[in-house]
Formats: sequence, C-alpha cells, structure tokens
Amino acid sequence: MANKTAIEVKNLGVRFRMQKEKTDTLKEFFVKTLKKEIKYNEFWALKDVSFSVEKGTRLGIMGLNGAGKSTLLKTIAGVLKPTEGEVIRKGNVVPLLELGAGFDQQYTGAENIFLYGAMLGYQRSFLKEKYKEIIDFSELGDFINVPVKNYSSGMKSRLGFSIATIVEPEILILDEVLSVGDVKFKRKSEAKIKSMFDKGITVLFVSHSTQQVKNLCDKAIILEHGKLIMNGDSASVCEAYTEMTNK
Amino acid sequence: MLGFLWTLIEPLLTMIVLTIIFGTLFGRGKNFSVYILCGRLMFSYFSNGTKLALKSIRRNGRMLRKVYVPKYMYPLSSALSAFVTFAISLVVLVGVSLVQHIWPTIHVLEAIVPLLTLFLLVFSLGIFLSVLDVFFRDLEYIWNVVTMLIMYASAIFYYPEKVLVSEYAFLLKYNPLYAVINNFRRTIMYGQSLEFFSTWYPLAVAVVFGVIGMIFFYKKQDEFILYV
Repeated sequence: MANKTAIEVKNLGVRFRMQKEKTDTLKEFFVKTLKKEIKYNEFWALKDVSFSVEKGTRLGIMGLNGAGKSTLLKTIAGVLKPTEGEVIRKGNVVPLLELGAGFDQQYTGAENIFLYGAMLGYQRSFLKEKYKEIIDFSELGDFINVPVKNYSSGMKSRLGFSIATIVEPEILILDEVLSVGDVKFKRKSEAKIKSMFDKGITVLFVSHSTQQVKNLCDKAIILEHGKLIMNGDSASVCEAYTEMTNK
Repeated sequence: MLGFLWTLIEPLLTMIVLTIIFGTLFGRGKNFSVYILCGRLMFSYFSNGTKLALKSIRRNGRMLRKVYVPKYMYPLSSALSAFVTFAISLVVLVGVSLVQHIWPTIHVLEAIVPLLTLFLLVFSLGIFLSVLDVFFRDLEYIWNVVTMLIMYASAIFYYPEKVLVSEYAFLLKYNPLYAVINNFRRTIMYGQSLEFFSTWYPLAVAVVFGVIGMIFFYKKQDEFILYV
C-alpha cells in the first residue's frame, strides 16, 4: 500500500482567457465583433505545477489569496480541464466544497438526498440503503420531509456533509476548515473526518492556518502566483510559509 | 398530482378557445378541434422542450462548478422530461378524438415516426441553444420571439392550403415543425400513411443540427464553468 501514488500532477497549467469587458449578450457581441472591440485578457492561474501524492498522504495546500489553490483543487476534482499537462487520479474523489450547493430548493431534504447523491455519482440503490444513516447523521429528523428552501443554512450544510461523506472516499478534498452547523455537529463532523483520516485515505486540505496544517497533514506545498514554490514535509513548509507571510 | 392534471387541462382549454375563435373566423372544417389539438400539443412540446434545454446549463451552473458531471445530461434530461409531460398530454388527444368519432386506423402506429423526429428536433436544437445561452444572456428572449414566429408558421390553428399555393409557401414547406405536425395529423386524423418529404426533411434537419450542436457542445463544454 505504501509508495503507491494516488494523485499525480504533471506540468499542470491552467489558462484563463477572459474578455476585458464583459460581453454577454448577442447584440453586444455582434456590435463589438464588427467594431473589432473584443479583447481578451489571458493569465495563467497555474503554470508548470508538478507534484505527486502518495496513497494515504495528507497534503496541505497553502498560499495567499489568488495563488491558485482553488483552481488546483477544481482541476484535481475534474471540474476544470487543464490547459496543458495532466492530472492522474487513482480512486474516487469526493470534494467537500461548499456543502449543499447542489440542492434544489423546491425539493424536500429526502428528495435532495437522491438528487445530490446522484450528482456525486452514487447509485440509487446504494443511497436507499444508506438513506437512514444519512438522516440520522444529519440530525434533521422530521425536517427531512420539508422543502430545502425552508431550511436554515446550518441544516443545509449538515445534510450536504452527511450525504457527501456517506461513502468512504479514496481521495478527499477539503477546502478551508469545516465549520458546519453548531458546536455539537462540528465536533461530530470533525470526528468523522478524523476517522476517515485514520483509515488511510488520501486527503488534500486547503488552509491558511499553519497550525491546522501542522496538526493534520504530513506533507505540504506552497503555491504563489500559480507556481509551486515549495514541496516538502508539513513542519518545514509551514515554517517557510510563516516566514513568507511575515515579510 | 396537480401538475399532472395541468398537463391535461391546459391543452384542453387552449383547444376550446382556439377552436371557437379560429373556427368562427375561418370556418370550421371537419374535426377542427382535433386538428388544432394535434398541432398545439406538438408545438408546446417543441417550445417547452427547447426553452428548458436552453436554460439547462446555466440553471445548473452552481452544480457544475462543484463536481464533475457529464454536461450533456442537462440538455438531454430537459428534452426527455418535457417529452414525458408531452406524452402524458397525448391522453387528451385520444379522448377528444374518440369524442369526435375519429377511430384509430393501422396508420396510428406510424405516428411514432413524427413523435421521435420531434424529440430529436428538440434535443438537437436544445443542445445547440444551451451552449449559446452560456455565453449570451439575451438568447432566452430572442428564442422566445423565434418560437412565436415558428408557431405562426406551423399551421396550428388554420388550414395550410391557401398559404401553400401562395408565394409564401416556403414558410410552411421548409418549417420542419410544420412537416412533423403534418405527418402526425395524417396518421392520427386522416388515417393516411406518412408523406415522404414530411418524414425525411425534418429528420435531416434534426440530424444536421444535432451533429453541429454536439460538436459545438463538446468543443465548448470546458469553458462553461468560466461563464455560468
């Protein structure tokens, strides 16, 4: 099991090509094309990033705002396509990003379990089997039959968390700290994540807090302006990051 | 349940109003209400399906930004779900036909051809429009106008004969939706078999648009996330 790569990122580059002025109607598009006014701004959100993550490694990703952390996570999750280079994943990826963003407001919590579950790629029969477990973990009780639009934001993220973590993923992507629901649920969700950690899954963890990265991760990388500037074990990388931010 | 009832009540009510008004204006031919209903049902599937598909990528934009989902699912599922609603509403057509003493002939089985052609037409236009809608927000309003124009050029609530001999005959002749409706009426109302041109022309349009739409979709789908 050791020394098997879970994620390999090879010379990854992601280019964004944005129009200088937003042209989002056909009318504007034709007028501007005729006047030759459409100009593009190009910038590389990530450039020449290569690293590999071994199976069971917990990798901390650090960097200032706009360094390309989210772009990197989205590329690894398969949401964004790389402009150049490639990402090789082995195992199913579960991204825990903005929980419950895919809920349909009109449907009840119960219906959304199936909708959101399907989006994450779970089979219907599997969801039926785990249905009770999801509801129990989310502590929603009778609210599960109420349309999601009437949920509080805490309830939504609780449900989202419960659905997303129902499978044991091989690769887990965590963006920022999990602060889901009240103190009690927070403790519960942290315990769940810890137990996943203990099972030896691969974790990608984005954080600004060197403390958390030191505690949770064994490896870490630093991104700056889309480039990988440091890659090593978490203690030394955290030190360098503290130095970097204090400059 | 109410949603299901609406899919039956809505076409029935419009049929009654259209029959009264246009029947009085243009003279009521035999089985005018069934004539209207055939056209009206097919047109509303065309319009609902394409409009739903058009907005499908943008509507699910939040999801697309979070997890990887095969993106063609959205226009495809829009075309399919509107088709299910359409299929249910066909119950009204069966009811009204029986009340009007139009008995099904063997040719009714051939109605499957215009029905499937219509689905392909909706899907191929829908996948094409869904890409454009990501980049151009005013497309929705433009398409509303276009579908309205298509409605008037589809001989839904008037008989096409006079138009077909006029200099504007091309408006009906090269309108794939009219061809589909025409074929559908032949099999359902008149107990006739399919007409050559009305069968192949809309199918060709659907295939050509579908191929263009899919190529366009696959070329552009990686950019969706930057715009939705």
